[in-house]
Amino acid sequence: MLRRIRQAQLLMDAACEIAGRPINIMEVCGTHTVSIFRNGIRGTLPKSMKLLSGPGCPVCVTHQGYIDTVLELADRNDCLIATYGDMIRVPGKGGSLETRKSAGNIKIVLSSEDALQLARDNPSKTVVFVAVGFETTTPATAVVVKQAAKEGINNFCILSNHKLVVPAMQALLSDKNNKIDAFLCPGHVSVIIGYGAFKPITEQYCKPCVVAGFEPMQIIEGLAEICRQIIEGKPEAKTLYTAVVTEKGNLIAQNIISECFEPMDGYWRGLGKIPKSTLQLREKFGKFDAFKRFGVTEKPENDTTGCRCGEVLCGLIDPPKCELFGNVCEPQTPVGPCMVSSEGACAAWFKYGRRKKQNG
Amino acid sequence: MCLAIPARIVKLEDDRAIVDAMGNQFNAKTTLLPNVKLGDLVLIHAGFAISMIDEDEARKTWQLIEEIDEFNDTQNKVSG
Repeated sequence: MLRRIRQAQLLMDAACEIAGRPINIMEVCGTHTVSIFRNGIRGTLPKSMKLLSGPGCPVCVTHQGYIDTVLELADRNDCLIATYGDMIRVPGKGGSLETRKSAGNIKIVLSSEDALQLARDNPSKTVVFVAVGFETTTPATAVVVKQAAKEGINNFCILSNHKLVVPAMQALLSDKNNKIDAFLCPGHVSVIIGYGAFKPITEQYCKPCVVAGFEPMQIIEGLAEICRQIIEGKPEAKTLYTAVVTEKGNLIAQNIISECFEPMDGYWRGLGKIPKSTLQLREKFGKFDAFKRFGVTEKPENDTTGCRCGEVLCGLIDPPKCELFGNVCEPQTPVGPCMVSSEGACAAWFKYGRRKKQNG
Repeated sequence: MCLAIPARIVKLEDDRAIVDAMGNQFNAKTTLLPNVKLGDLVLIHAGFAISMIDEDEARKTWQLIEEIDEFNDTQNKVSG
């Protein structure tokens, strides 16, 4: 163990020396963010190596306009809203789902299957499933949409805000102000999409993309592998999490996603509109599309709180640079989604990083 | 949210399974991983098995989940 840590540190030191400037590595997975803070990994890195917490938490990247649309549907008497618990406290215009919960038409579900069951059990209501999440979560939605079609469950629909990870990474790199040298790629998203999905990034932008597990040593070795690639000048897409991540991923899951969904341009918090980054239901499943069924659209961004979650997600600032952080915005009274979600950079920073305020 | 949980398949009928993770049993579907069999360790996410996993990795992930749960408890939040 100690030998492996020492080896990793040597690689990191060498990469920083060769670069001759700070190296910024972005993790794109909320669980990596939490594990990095929980295990004090930042403190073990060379001074000129910095970790940025990117758009890796589905709650955090959710555009305010989407939340407002969910709230609009929650106010209807004929709807039951089925949502993963993560989304319940995200503030929209005039409250969050939690504040509407007393009306009784908001249900927390653990799976998309539970949402479909809710529709079977409540035939007089239309169940709207708040379909958020990256590629790990999307297949679960696709399976139940197909099931609803098969069983003819017409009082079920989804409000899709499923996101694709790779287009967001590309959008970040397209911004000329970005400071990203490499990506530590998400572990369980990669189970579905395969590490080969990151090849366009290494080829187009020459940035290392390394998939790692979530345990501290796995993360440290992932960072060391990135440094090895920087030293050799050969960026590549690679997995060190070989126990569950293959080059091609879970093809059955990928096929069911593309059978049900097609990519469209979509809004991300802080990143704006990203081409082909958000999934909408294909025409043949159109009757399960809540946007179409209720004739609603995503509301325009309407954030006047001064929240800087967007800049945090782009790696442009660390959370303490936001004037609201730890002041009015805390885990108990969150203003922005990065403080709401336990996987958010602001929540992790609040819990573990407040004593290490750094300049953004 | 994108953290999948390792669990062992303790009952299996078509694509409907009951799985056991750290002593908790719950329903899961094996639609996305059709070749699994009773006793297999799999990664479960949002109610679906998405990958096989070995004992060693499963143990590491269980340990991590316990740590994250502690993290969440300290924030006293509603979690999903």
